[in-house]
Amino acid sequence: MTAEPVTTEHVTTEPTLRSSLHGMVADWSSDQRSFKSASWGKAMMWIFLVSDTFVFSCFLISYMTVRMSTTVEWPHPSEIFALEIGGKKIPLILIAIMTFDLITSSGTMAMAVNFAYARERRKAAILMLVTAFFGAAFVGMQAFEWTKLIHEGVRPWGNPFGAAQFGSSFFMITGFHGFHVSIGVIFLLIVARAVWRGDYDVGRRGFFTSRKGRYEIVEIMGLYWHFVDLVWVFIFAFFYLW
Amino acid sequence: MTATTENTTHSHAPVAQAAQPAPQAQAHGQQHPIKLYLLVWGLLFVLSACSYLVDYFDFQGYLRWFLIVLFMLLKAGLIVAVFMHMAWERLALVVAILAPPMAVLVLMAMMAWEGDYTNYLRVIFFGA
Repeated sequence: MTAEPVTTEHVTTEPTLRSSLHGMVADWSSDQRSFKSASWGKAMMWIFLVSDTFVFSCFLISYMTVRMSTTVEWPHPSEIFALEIGGKKIPLILIAIMTFDLITSSGTMAMAVNFAYARERRKAAILMLVTAFFGAAFVGMQAFEWTKLIHEGVRPWGNPFGAAQFGSSFFMITGFHGFHVSIGVIFLLIVARAVWRGDYDVGRRGFFTSRKGRYEIVEIMGLYWHFVDLVWVFIFAFFYLW
Repeated sequence: MTATTENTTHSHAPVAQAAQPAPQAQAHGQQHPIKLYLLVWGLLFVLSACSYLVDYFDFQGYLRWFLIVLFMLLKAGLIVAVFMHMAWERLALVVAILAPPMAVLVLMAMMAWEGDYTNYLRVIFFGA
């Protein structure tokens, strides 16, 4: 994640870094709104996601700190999260399945955004329901994982495999992430229902905000969902693979 | 990071733009070819499989860490750039969102230093 511009080959009019920088200065000094291409809703979701990035960063950094400072051997995630399938122990397989599940949900979400903007309500709503299904499946697998570990004696204050900090880091990080996924599933179901009914076409007011929604809500919802997937990428790398 | 001019038209083929009647509110929604999303989806699958294989083949040491971080950053980049449409946003938003999290690297460095020191003290004083 660098601040450097990402080069994309499918852009026909290639802006130079220089012109982009000029544009940025002009945007910020324009005395009205700085984010010309983003509505307030989208900008606020992005700003919320930045704050959430800091929350998850703090969790992962505290996990790093306790793991580096303990003198007891750290439990091997590869063995702890192994499952026995067909009499054979496959390392980390549950976590791999969860990863693929979440990526798939991100893919369907991205397509839902496309169909929402194209005003194909049914397709967009169905793709959002599929996304919610994969999200719920993810939470289900996480519940299974927690149950398994708790039965094996993993607690926030200790575990039979090694360093006591393993349990607290595990429950804190995956619990907070699972909570985000759960909220996302609820959010998805609410927006999918609104899209299915055509609320954004007829201008029906939302039950919570009493405001008329727009199809951009699907994209904003998507930002949240992709962020949850993004956080999992980091958890997968640092907690499960390291 | 495309549009530097005032009008934010997207350079993609008009996917279903024609189907839109008149409402101007969504004039510049993020619409990109489904094919691109499927490609990124496939790449994310491959990269995830690669990270899983790092564990499966039990690579150790610097090679393991390098590969884990490499696949992680590639996946994160694809998600942010394409799925979250960062590649098509204006630089003002990109910088406002991506620059602040860099502060996390400073905290990480400080805490790595701290963690290492704590470990050193524990080894010395508790002989663990």
